[in-house]
Amino acid sequence: MTETESVVIRTVARIAVPFIQVFALYVIVHGALGAGGGFQGGVVFAASFILMIIAFGLPCVRQRVSTRWLMICSVLGITIYAGIGLLCLLPAGNYLEYGAIEAALGIPHLHGYLIDAVEVGIGITVMAVMTSIIYDMADKGGESS
Amino acid sequence: MIWELDFALLLFMIFCAVAAITVRDLLHATIILSAYSLIMAVIWSEMNAVDVAFTEAAVGAGITTVLFIAAIARTGRRSSD
Repeated sequence: MTETESVVIRTVARIAVPFIQVFALYVIVHGALGAGGGFQGGVVFAASFILMIIAFGLPCVRQRVSTRWLMICSVLGITIYAGIGLLCLLPAGNYLEYGAIEAALGIPHLHGYLIDAVEVGIGITVMAVMTSIIYDMADKGGESS
Repeated sequence: MIWELDFALLLFMIFCAVAAITVRDLLHATIILSAYSLIMAVIWSEMNAVDVAFTEAAVGAGITTVLFIAAIARTGRRSSD
């Protein structure tokens, strides 16, 4: 995609992308209390990158968000998820049993923070994997269309 | 939960589902499938399943449409049969 889109699309994307990303972070963090969660928030975050690809073209977005960085993010997120899950095994709890780790350390409301951390891990992984899938799909197909 | 609204949405959803598999142009089918997904999300939220509605709206109407359009751009738009 050598030519960029019209100025209207680029301006709207430039204004909308930060709001979409803040909304995605809200969905991830608010997932424990209401609708949403790590998966939905990650998908919404990936949608902001899709909007950037549509508006500014794939090479421009790839310069800012490289595939290497996405791979690191996908591994990091699943490591946070599995690490907290396995951490709950240490005080003789089940996998992802936050109550055990809270009772062992004696910190009140720790399980809420752990749920949020697990959701953030899921969100990071979903965002990275969705964005890399879109990169691979848009790489050769977007050029010829 | 409004009975008449649910019925109308369901009818329109079935219409969209039939149209998506009978239309010849694959790009049209993708857009109709996206509309189907949006109606499905409205029905989910009508039935108080907000979490499922959110997932349907984000994945079904958003990501899947983009993936299908990317796949159409890589292959052909017209169906051969």
